[in-house]
Amino acid sequence: MKPKIIVEDWGLVNYIDGLERQKKCVQSVIAGAGDHLILCEHHTVLTLGRMTNPQSLLYQRKEIEERGVMIERVDRGGDVTLHAPGQLIVYPVFNLNKHGKDLKVYMEKLQEVAVDLLKNFGILAISIGGQRGVFVGPDKIISIGVGVRKWVTYHGLGINVNTDLSLFNLIKPCGLNVRMTSIQKLKGRPVPMKDVKLKIVELFQKYFS
Amino acid sequence: MTKIILPELGEGITKATIACWHAKVGGDVVVGQEICEAVTDKASFVIEAPAPGKLKSISVDEGQEVLVGGVLGIIE
Repeated sequence: MKPKIIVEDWGLVNYIDGLERQKKCVQSVIAGAGDHLILCEHHTVLTLGRMTNPQSLLYQRKEIEERGVMIERVDRGGDVTLHAPGQLIVYPVFNLNKHGKDLKVYMEKLQEVAVDLLKNFGILAISIGGQRGVFVGPDKIISIGVGVRKWVTYHGLGINVNTDLSLFNLIKPCGLNVRMTSIQKLKGRPVPMKDVKLKIVELFQKYFS
Repeated sequence: MTKIILPELGEGITKATIACWHAKVGGDVVVGQEICEAVTDKASFVIEAPAPGKLKSISVDEGQEVLVGGVLGIIE
């Protein structure tokens, strides 16, 4: 039996501070520490992945920053995405040397966890071939972007639980012409973040332990 | 002379795009140094120097695609 995943809940953290802590965690896992699952929320920020199309920002940088939204360039795959309070961020820092060294399998497992999570909240979601992320009908609810260093993963999932969806009007999320949704919107009421955290931890233990 | 190769990233992943080079041609590199990053549709993968020496040449520029097993550059 594989060892259990070490879970850390960082609460609400600034994106850059969280990134620095995440990098330290990656180094510790590279050095031999066990797999970590980090949960947090970020203050409102747009992050630009390695494949960001400049046209995915629908407003000038200055206009966006004037609205109090920070913009950060980050070393993950994918296009632009938004983080804000109410969105559960999940950073699995996993050593893929112990999970098969297959990026495609890892990404597919993340999508399975995401679909399973939503099923537990009565939401039927799907992952669309060729498009990373998870959708409910045509609307995207979970974004996925991953980085890998020495076969140790970082970055991960952005799950819209109670996110202010109007913030997504600033961008083309992930470079797609897609509308975003949230668990709150689909259920018609805010959902306790702790319930989502408990379930996602349980699912990661199930899929990756 | 050592070739820097795009490694197997997973079953069915046949190619990647070089997002950026961290090392410069003519510069010294050490084993395990992060020299460039390859991206698939949603994942970024850091490529390390397989040998010590000088980065003699780069075969795949930033923004260009490369097949798995393809040569990214040469260390001499």
